[in-house]
Amino acid sequence: MTTTPRTSGVQAGRLPPEALAENFQDLHSPLDHHEATVAADRCYFCYDAPCITACPTAIDIPLFIRQIQSGQPDGAAKTIFEQNILGGMCARVCPTETLCEEACVREAAEGKPVEIGRLQRFATDGLMSSGVHPFARADATGKRVAVVGAGPAGLACAHRLAMHGHDVVIFDGRAKPGGLNEYGIASYKSVDDFAQSEVEWLMQIGGITLRSGEGLGAELSLSGLRSEFDAVFLGIGLSGVNALRADGEDRENVSDAVEFIEGLRQTGDLSSLPVGRSVVVIGGGMTAVDAAVQSKLLGADEVTIAYRRGRENMSASRYEQDLATSKGVRLMFNVQPVAVYGNGAVREIEFEYTENTGSGLTGTGETFKLAADQVFKAIGQTLEGAPEGMTLDGNKIAITGAGRTSLVGVWAGGDCAAGGDDLTVTAVAEGRDAAMDIHASLMG
Amino acid sequence: MADLSTNFVGIKSPNPFWLASAPPTDKEYNVRRAFEAGWGGVVWKTLGLDPHVVNVNGPRYGVIYGADRRVLGINNIELITDRPLETNLSEIKAVKRDYPDRAMVVSLMVPCEEWAWKEILPKVEETGADGIELNFGCPHGMSERGMGAAVGQVPEYIEMVTRWCKANTRMPVLVKLTPNITDVRYPARAAHAGGADGVSLINTISSITSVNLDTMSPEPSIDGKGSHGGYCGAAVKPIALNMVAEIARDAEMQGFPISGIGGITTWRDAAEFLSLGAGSVQVCTAAMVYGFGIIKELNAGLSEWMDEKGYTSIEEVTGRAVPNVTDWQYLNLNYVTKARIDQDACIKCGRCYAACEDTSHQAIAMKPGRVFEVIDEECVACNLCVDVCPVEDCITMEELQPGMMDLRTGKVVEADYANWTTHPNNPSAKAAE
Repeated sequence: MTTTPRTSGVQAGRLPPEALAENFQDLHSPLDHHEATVAADRCYFCYDAPCITACPTAIDIPLFIRQIQSGQPDGAAKTIFEQNILGGMCARVCPTETLCEEACVREAAEGKPVEIGRLQRFATDGLMSSGVHPFARADATGKRVAVVGAGPAGLACAHRLAMHGHDVVIFDGRAKPGGLNEYGIASYKSVDDFAQSEVEWLMQIGGITLRSGEGLGAELSLSGLRSEFDAVFLGIGLSGVNALRADGEDRENVSDAVEFIEGLRQTGDLSSLPVGRSVVVIGGGMTAVDAAVQSKLLGADEVTIAYRRGRENMSASRYEQDLATSKGVRLMFNVQPVAVYGNGAVREIEFEYTENTGSGLTGTGETFKLAADQVFKAIGQTLEGAPEGMTLDGNKIAITGAGRTSLVGVWAGGDCAAGGDDLTVTAVAEGRDAAMDIHASLMG
Repeated sequence: MADLSTNFVGIKSPNPFWLASAPPTDKEYNVRRAFEAGWGGVVWKTLGLDPHVVNVNGPRYGVIYGADRRVLGINNIELITDRPLETNLSEIKAVKRDYPDRAMVVSLMVPCEEWAWKEILPKVEETGADGIELNFGCPHGMSERGMGAAVGQVPEYIEMVTRWCKANTRMPVLVKLTPNITDVRYPARAAHAGGADGVSLINTISSITSVNLDTMSPEPSIDGKGSHGGYCGAAVKPIALNMVAEIARDAEMQGFPISGIGGITTWRDAAEFLSLGAGSVQVCTAAMVYGFGIIKELNAGLSEWMDEKGYTSIEEVTGRAVPNVTDWQYLNLNYVTKARIDQDACIKCGRCYAACEDTSHQAIAMKPGRVFEVIDEECVACNLCVDVCPVEDCITMEELQPGMMDLRTGKVVEADYANWTTHPNNPSAKAAE
């Protein structure tokens, strides 16, 4: 008997390979030349444009759109990369609906912003696919900088340092560089192994050595790096996963959403990936949406996102929420898990309704159960393995200025550092700005 | 419902929309399609003497695009008909016989010698055509041979040829004018003096639409070289409107019939030409871009607008705006306006600010929260902010009523009309005292 979406349990191959291939195509098709020109023509070239302010990397958006409009998409790409060397990935994964496109005056005017994200992708894809790297290294300074973590923050930092002539070694505990770009983003947002080709393209600047499989706390120590290098940048992300704190969460088929997403990104065969018939994702962020949507796309029959607060508190944008519902995912608000039941493997999960009283979120005492043969936890990640002696701000590395930590000669940025949204584009901005600060301090 | 029919210089047509002399009216097949679609008339593409001319065998058109490849203007290097005279004449006769209610005007261009005109005019007359249009406008190719614009640029030639034609045919004679001159009133007056029944304008404007930056050839490129062509389409409308108005309000040519041409794309364009003195209008580029089907919108739109305004005939519209076209020196200097920004409609793009701050009078303040406000003390009412604002009616010009203070000049607005001719800064005005 063939496996279908209604087959019970956690099963691989619920959908035929052709359906899986179609489901995991590019979420947004790239603009072609004419579409890009038409889309570019809609930009008003605003004075002191709000979209620039809304972009964490402050890309001169009206300028690059005008460059597309006037027939020089490679020039547009250079404008983007000057501010954001990962502009290609950001064009794919940025929640533009809450950043540049939300600020676009045409959003206010008619509810249809200029398609900044897709235009950025048009420009960056063009230049990157030609294999050209638009920047040249400055003369070598002889300074050596260690960058720990090959995610967006580390890559942006390394590139900017290399551009200024410093020698950079990037360390990463994983087998492949890219960080969450490689392991943590929904497959349909980054098809065709884009994260790896982006890293290869970025490394063309020269002066960067990548050492994979060397992670902090395992193969490396911060004190060792500090003595060997002139400066250290930590872009180590958040490798810990928060616990559910519900009875029975150790049952089989209750797992972390980030692991599931990673498995999807790394597999060569989608039909080999098991997924439940009834999947419940607990959380309210982008990771929850990515896990839920991809469960559905793999062929799960019923997928529910259960979030303990109201819709207005969900950190996944309305656009992401609508994406989920359009794929058939059900969103439930004001429900918190209290217990996971099952004989070995999870069979159902019990929730309690919540309400926001003036003093905070409390359970109402009213509960219900949802059938679930797979549960994903997407309730946030935490910093794991912060080096000793480093001052923390809450659960993250405390920084001042452009990523300076409490340790002399050590900078930090990206998700592991306090402040800023945990977004790819924010990580890029922090990595870039830390690089400039490192450069100034090394050369000063 | 408004009556769209016209009797223009004795040529009757069911509506004022004629297809101008150009490729769309080059042969029987096209003209029959045009009449079936509903066009009121055609000016048959220019005939010449045999042996007929030839055209280039490469591209004939260049183009200017707006957003989304919207055609704003086209230029062409096509010459007059490249078919034998007899072929055209027999086709004209056949079409006119089948469509007796439509205007059939034939465009002509022969050398500047009377025998040539004497030779061709009876042949055209024999087709049953309603009138002729003298092509004194074509700016490319033919002008190098002493015809087209080469004639239209010399008023004496215009008058002479017009006179020959009037002497040798009973058909009404229209003179088509070139815009490639300094003051269109001189050639128009020459046509008037020569006895023309009316003028049609504008013909195309000498132009190079673009240069191919790889080959360094002007477009359209013929084997790596280009030649200036005639520019037409929506882009030339403002130039044409002015020339039509200049003739319509000229004291020497009061009531001289005008067939308006130049970028007419919608019914509104046509209504504007009519209001500035045209008694009929001619269309080419819009038909070339969209096909003959646009005649439905042109007719329906003009009729609808006339009904709304209570105009029952085209004659009632013709020339209605002419009294309001005046010389700069007669504009009312006591008419004072200020820009007003509707904050609810504003989408905060700041284009008005950039335009005013960088290129005008620093009369718009940018306040926290991207709030843009007009500074009355600086606003000269130039209207640039209105023009660049992407939101219709977000910025408007408000008239200051008499008795109100103009904060820029510190003067109270006066009720009386006053113009430059009496202004104290005008040396001529002082001299007159």
